[in-house]
Amino acid sequence: MTILAPIQIFLAAIGRAVLTLCGGTGALVLFALRSVSHVFRPPWYPLEFGRQLMRIGWFSLPVVGLTALFTGGALALQIYTGGGRFNAESVVPSIVAIGMVRELGPVLGGLMVAGRVSASIAAELGTMRVTEQIDALTTLSTNPLKYLVAPRLLAATLAMPVLAFIGDVIGIMGGFAVGVTRLGFNPSTYINTTWTYLTNDDVGSGLIKAAVFGFIIALMGCWQGYNSGRGAQGVGKATTNAVVSASILILAANYILTEALFPA
Amino acid sequence: MTQTPMIRMSGVEKAFGSKTVLRGVDLEVAKGESLVIIGGSGTGKSVTLKCVLGIIHPDAGEIEIGGAPATRRNREALLSRFGMLFQGGALFDSMTVWENVAFRMRHGHGRLPRAQAREIAIEKLRRVGLTPETADLFPAELSGGMQKRVGLARAIATNPEIIFFDEPTTGLDPIMAGVINDLIRELVTEMGATAMTITHDMTSVRAIADRVAMIHEGKIRWQGDVEEMDRTDDPYVDQFIHGKAEGPIAAIR
Repeated sequence: MTILAPIQIFLAAIGRAVLTLCGGTGALVLFALRSVSHVFRPPWYPLEFGRQLMRIGWFSLPVVGLTALFTGGALALQIYTGGGRFNAESVVPSIVAIGMVRELGPVLGGLMVAGRVSASIAAELGTMRVTEQIDALTTLSTNPLKYLVAPRLLAATLAMPVLAFIGDVIGIMGGFAVGVTRLGFNPSTYINTTWTYLTNDDVGSGLIKAAVFGFIIALMGCWQGYNSGRGAQGVGKATTNAVVSASILILAANYILTEALFPA
Repeated sequence: MTQTPMIRMSGVEKAFGSKTVLRGVDLEVAKGESLVIIGGSGTGKSVTLKCVLGIIHPDAGEIEIGGAPATRRNREALLSRFGMLFQGGALFDSMTVWENVAFRMRHGHGRLPRAQAREIAIEKLRRVGLTPETADLFPAELSGGMQKRVGLARAIATNPEIIFFDEPTTGLDPIMAGVINDLIRELVTEMGATAMTITHDMTSVRAIADRVAMIHEGKIRWQGDVEEMDRTDDPYVDQFIHGKAEGPIAAIR
């Protein structure tokens, strides 16, 4: 028995961790399903939805635009160097476009929005939880999932593809600017090559990814904020967890989606 | 008591993880009566209140509102009969004062037009002693006492049958606490509402209560009319209402 004791303790620790993980995942899935169901059931709160659309979509434009611009530029420089190693500098326009549209537009845009929006949602809902505003909503016959969570989920899921699309365009323009001014490309050739090689599937897959990332961003912000611990520390922790979990889930989802959309 | 009680709790139990908070609460509040629940911090006062409100689901026991059992199904309908004043006010800080007061009238079923809701809100604000000018301010611009008044106005906005008060005087100076106590007493009498208050402020108890229940270690330790409170020989009640450090209630909780 004495020899077995440490093993038992070890196994119990693993068991506890697994149970916590399963319980947490289950609770999150239920939270998500319930909230999504409220998107489709009245009463709706259009004013709240509009406010979130502005906040998540419109005010994220500068962040996403600047990220795309610099990424597109850097991408052009890198591919020029890389392509130069086997005399393929002419691939710059098409690879910049495909790279931006399929991968970097949605992923980097998503990560930036995760930092901005997940954090602010978690902080806001966390503060509302701590100051009993969420309980107050319930006592005023308003379901917090319907009033707070559903509009945020919907707004982020719809806004993110639009943001990603704008990011795509700006990113390609960034590549174009660098290509034309620094790498000696002919402007019309650059644009023609971009158009020729870019397909609807490239763009579409990126937008699907962006919608999923938008959902993840709002879900993690809401989930962490809704279940925030007490006090300033609780809200701080919720905010951090929201950004970290949203970012990691975005990267994981990106791989899974890429695998699903473009099987090797 | 021949009448059906407005609120009836029997054998209500609740645990959070390994921590048992309520160990079988039995409590009745008659229609139009003002019951105050006293007890130290962490004895389960808030949890009792939140169980009646349906924010927390008890593990065992029954809760009846107006003779009908409170379930998850009829919770929505029940909530429309409730008003609640939260400890910190719990005002929505993204909305102006009048939008807070009119929240229930502007959301959900049977919503009123903006102008009408605003009018009612201003009327309720006046009832709790606030001028119409405060209507367009944000909660953050108000003092603690004024926030409490707004919370009160919001709680009574739709003339609820049952009103809950969570530590209504906490964080207020003694004069403002007195004002809020009087206001609560007046409103409850005037509206004929049933009131359930939790507090550990004895001045508040004497001002608001018809009946007092003391909760200790998750059970109702004592209950009776407010006049009986001073005459009881229950050592727990005696220690609590006189604020003695020595007694059966452990000072470290």
